[in-house]
Amino acid sequence: MPKKYQTPLLDELEKGPFPSFVTEIKKAAAKNDMAADELGLLEKSYRDRRGYWKHGGIVGVRGYGGGVIGRYSSLPEEFPNVANFHTVRINSTSAFFYTSKFLNEMCDIWDKHGSGLTNLHGSTGDLVLLGTKTENLEPIFAEFSSRGWDLGGSGSALRTPSCCIGPARCEWANIDTLDINYSITQEWQDEMHRPAFPYKFKFKTAGCAVDCIASIARADCSIIGTWKGNIAVDQKEVAAYAKGGMKVQEEIVDMCPSKCMSYDGKELKIDDANCVRCMHCIAKMTKALKPTGEKGATILIGSKAPFVIGATLSHVIVPFMKMEPPYTELKDLIRKMWEWWDEHGKNRERIGELIIRRGMREFLEFIGVDPIPQMVKEPRRDPFYFWTEADLQK
Amino acid sequence: MALPQRRTDIGPPHYRDYLPPVIQKNYGDWKYHEVINPGVMVHVSNKGEKIWSVRAASPRLLSTDTIREHAALAEKYCGGYLRYTTRHNVEFLVSDEKNLEPLQKELKSKKYMVGGIGPRISNIVHTQGWVHCHSAACDASGLVKVLMDEFADYFTTKETPNKVRLAVACCTNMCGAVHCSDIALVGIHRKIPTVETEKIKNMCEVPSTIAACPTGAISPDPANKSVKIKEEKCMYCGNCFSVCPALPIADPVNDGIAIVVGGKVGNLRSNPMFSKLAIPYLKNNPPRWPEVTAAVKTILEAYIAGANKHERVGEWVERIGWESFFKTTNLPFTFQHIDDFTIARETFRNSSSFKW
Repeated sequence: MPKKYQTPLLDELEKGPFPSFVTEIKKAAAKNDMAADELGLLEKSYRDRRGYWKHGGIVGVRGYGGGVIGRYSSLPEEFPNVANFHTVRINSTSAFFYTSKFLNEMCDIWDKHGSGLTNLHGSTGDLVLLGTKTENLEPIFAEFSSRGWDLGGSGSALRTPSCCIGPARCEWANIDTLDINYSITQEWQDEMHRPAFPYKFKFKTAGCAVDCIASIARADCSIIGTWKGNIAVDQKEVAAYAKGGMKVQEEIVDMCPSKCMSYDGKELKIDDANCVRCMHCIAKMTKALKPTGEKGATILIGSKAPFVIGATLSHVIVPFMKMEPPYTELKDLIRKMWEWWDEHGKNRERIGELIIRRGMREFLEFIGVDPIPQMVKEPRRDPFYFWTEADLQK
Repeated sequence: MALPQRRTDIGPPHYRDYLPPVIQKNYGDWKYHEVINPGVMVHVSNKGEKIWSVRAASPRLLSTDTIREHAALAEKYCGGYLRYTTRHNVEFLVSDEKNLEPLQKELKSKKYMVGGIGPRISNIVHTQGWVHCHSAACDASGLVKVLMDEFADYFTTKETPNKVRLAVACCTNMCGAVHCSDIALVGIHRKIPTVETEKIKNMCEVPSTIAACPTGAISPDPANKSVKIKEEKCMYCGNCFSVCPALPIADPVNDGIAIVVGGKVGNLRSNPMFSKLAIPYLKNNPPRWPEVTAAVKTILEAYIAGANKHERVGEWVERIGWESFFKTTNLPFTFQHIDDFTIARETFRNSSSFKW
């Protein structure tokens, strides 16, 4: 029987309507020594108002340099069953689709070799197995990989790419986000499993500008679906929305950021040349409005959390790229970016930070992309810029 | 028992094998969707075929017992098919309409919180906190629990002007999407790290430790094979601790929670926006952090009262102005609110028009 801890503080977090993570830990702790000590350790953190985990150490499976995050308790004598309590990242499916059969098998393996605790999912999108001992890592990897599942990324490597639900269940998808995500992941297994980059690199693929996967905020490379044609308007459906209580002028026309719509009470008109494809009208009147024409993606680079220079959002590098399998144009472009980043990036420098440090010109010239106004919000304000010998000859 | 033969670099399984048959048949051919109730939506294809998604909250940290329960429910009502959302909800994918009511009934009887679809509060993106992270300045799961308890009605029934995306990050590393969320919490430190000189020479690389500091506060201390930290330059970000474990920064007395507001990632109506500082510090007060839930409630209620339909928190604040935000929420404006990090001058007001 696992050790039973008194947890008066955590018990307070079993009250209330939202499902309780404490109840989850207790369920696992009833039958698992590691989960029991995790519960005891967490109660101590709540009492002392501080964490008791040390930095990760080098730990993993044979032949891989990532996929497992070493985690050690700073109180190994008091809580011996979480003295080492590593995270295993399993590469999730595109858009997190599962079957009951897989989930049950996953639970069997994890009950046998781990704490019985998981995260569905980690922030980057891995299926996270939360806490096991070093000696269990190889058996876990053998069980999962023999069933067709592999580890995700960690460290200075390609991290597990993720995508929105896209064409699987969304009428707004301009690109096949699931397939792009799968193709990128399969293409760069070595880059994911054997860290060789200056720092981490994340891909997120969104089917449209609603960006349900937060790609523009959370990916070194954000792939966002868009289109080049007009928005087809079904006036009968517009009338149905109006009849259903929607104030078309106020809620749709007046909220259009580029003021490219008009409505006379009967007909909704769109001046497509001035549309910036923000998705507001389409999202609110999904039955009435449909993008038509050529579909593709905008490729943006460089978002990340605040370390070291402050948080950044991704910025446009390629305004429009056709996205058809096997996505050669995208992959070739990414390889060029990585080559430049590998050459110049400092330890723990993200690609977006390197672009700021060395300048867009050097980056764009290296990857072979010409400057165009869509890349910037506005041109520079200062008169300080470089001229090369070649520029002077022009 | 012998282990099965391991395989390497196979990548994840193909997603197609995990899609319900109705999705396989209508992949990329969806016509529209409708929100039937806060926890159920239906997607209709050009062929007229339908899939219903029933969404329920999960705490993200799940035991195998609960995952088996999800799997059993999916087997009973969904042919075994289910998925999880980017915001940690579970979605049961129903292909047969007659299973819709019984599934919702069973979820309710098992005390699942069904909801989160449409203009309301969905589940909270968050990080590991004290559960499993070395750099946490606060817990994350506990904060999520108390916020979602407080705002449960906004998940299951009540509407807000537009969706409200909440996030919790337990330190400024921000593994959660705090920097672009409507209302978000981030764990912060307020005192400089302790330099454990004896340990540094064995555990840390001095040049990378110095390079990790965004403000140039760390300099070498060659006599002791260690580093020195200039107190007046350190902004307590903790990035040095990430590369050098001998610079611990966790502090039970001074660590706490900042609240940032007005971020978004979508392009709808307005460009994506960063979250900005509303409250620089609230004390770490586990297990239920009453000061934090009260502060978030103040901000949420001001937004609900003041925003136009379809406006996100950031769009509402931009329309009324930050000076009005602080007035209407009655939150104090302090030295900490004025940027003195990397983009300070972009944030100063270069205009004489503003509100009183």
